[in-house]
Amino acid sequence: MSMIITILEQGLIYGILALGVYITYKILDFPDLTVDGSFPLGASITAAMITRGMNPYITLLAAFAVGVLAGVCTGLIHVKCKVRDLLSGIIMMTALWSINLYIAGTANVPLFSQETIFKNDLVSGLFAGALAPYATLVIVLVIVVICKILLDAYLRTKSGFLLRAVGDNDILVTSLAKDQGNVKILGLALANGLVCLAGSVFCQEQRVFEISMGTGAIVIGLASVIIGTSLFKNLSFFKATTMVLIGSIIYKACVAIAIRQFEPQSMKLITAVLFLVILILSMDRKKKVKTNA
Amino acid sequence: MLELRGINKYYNPGTVNEMCLFQDFNLKVEKGEFVSVVGSNGSGKTSMLNIICGSIPVEAGQILVNDEDITRQKEFVRNRKIGRVYQNPAVGTCPSMTILENMSLADNKGRYFGLSRGINKARKEHYREILGQLGLGLEEKMDVKVGSLSGGQRQAMALLMSTMTPIEFLILDEHTAALDPKTAELIMRLTDQIVKEKQLTTIMVTHNLRYAVEYGNRLIMMHQGDCILDKAGKDKQNMETDDILRQFNEISIECGN
Repeated sequence: MSMIITILEQGLIYGILALGVYITYKILDFPDLTVDGSFPLGASITAAMITRGMNPYITLLAAFAVGVLAGVCTGLIHVKCKVRDLLSGIIMMTALWSINLYIAGTANVPLFSQETIFKNDLVSGLFAGALAPYATLVIVLVIVVICKILLDAYLRTKSGFLLRAVGDNDILVTSLAKDQGNVKILGLALANGLVCLAGSVFCQEQRVFEISMGTGAIVIGLASVIIGTSLFKNLSFFKATTMVLIGSIIYKACVAIAIRQFEPQSMKLITAVLFLVILILSMDRKKKVKTNA
Repeated sequence: MLELRGINKYYNPGTVNEMCLFQDFNLKVEKGEFVSVVGSNGSGKTSMLNIICGSIPVEAGQILVNDEDITRQKEFVRNRKIGRVYQNPAVGTCPSMTILENMSLADNKGRYFGLSRGINKARKEHYREILGQLGLGLEEKMDVKVGSLSGGQRQAMALLMSTMTPIEFLILDEHTAALDPKTAELIMRLTDQIVKEKQLTTIMVTHNLRYAVEYGNRLIMMHQGDCILDKAGKDKQNMETDDILRQFNEISIECGN
């Protein structure tokens, strides 16, 4: 039971990250490696603020805002300096490593004694006794649902339409007399805002900031998005954002099951193999049918 | 009114492959004119459209719209007044969005894309009506993704979308070339109807000499970055497809084709 709760918690926290990756990877068609830096960026800003005694809920907003800034930087590098998408992300990811160290002060900041969004008087009052094990899950769920609803609502606005159009057909956006570069920057900003928020929640749940916690974050995000969107491809009543969240939980469950059979150091290897398997499985099955016939 | 004045355009400048396409190229299109442009491959037809729309820069010269110099204006700024339909039907629409969403996007051109609802329900009937005029049954498929439509249906939508909002110029870049003859005919008739209805100043590049003769009130033939034939009004009306074909053959022989 506790394993299932952990999987759901982790899956949902990374689900926020996956929502961000969904914006860049699926909507913008932009392989954004900034994620590996903006995820720990959320954690570092959270660690820095919480150790200075600030309200942990404020850190969530701050993390989102800082993530937006990081995304804008990636966007500016790509759009204004005309650097290729993959490279712009790598540049920002590399730069953010040092920036994260500056913000957090050291490579490792424990938050065991401080108040977090999961451990404060309000939470222990609400979730007393038998409910206590579910406190974290419920709080994460609330945050995730808010993010999802807001993102869904945004994608239905005029601005959201433009964002969807730019990844699909950027010439059309130019035809609509809009600067496609600005739309891309906006998309990257939103995406990294979400990723950074995920980092903040993750850091508070783990009660520690660790500089290398972002390594491989993009793989987790991509795997979640690909699992979600390909598993439920034919179920149109599910929104893409819902599918991505479910994909994230499935991915975390797969990793959790796999990791029990192996030693901890094979974690990244399992992640990589799992990602590869997902990619192969998610490829269009139509091709197979054709070759067999 | 649209004017190209003393345009110089080089491709690959400063390299061994340098090629001069336009040298002191001039063209004036009056308000309300429907210009058909024909010419062989590489004669500069599409480059001319790209220069007008700002998709490619020029080395020298001026582009004037109603006597205002727009040479330095970015492409997306110029597009406020310009609607453009491309040869490839996929370019004019968004494949992963539905017909209704595409129409709503196009309907908002030139306005602010903010946080208000993307789809204006009050306009839905209007979209249905103009889609119905196409006679392609698209009005019954408002919630279908555009990516699953045929090339002809998408091109018809692209044409509608590019002319939905008030624009001054319509730029057609071989917009019937990728379609079957019947659909091409339909799109061409629709084009003519829209141009007349909205009194758009139109430049149409085409390889179909019959369309060039039948439609529009001015005809230009381009060859190696120059206008070698320019007929308007009565002269244009008296032209036959064979006349242009003869002219076309002459320049082709010159080039050794």
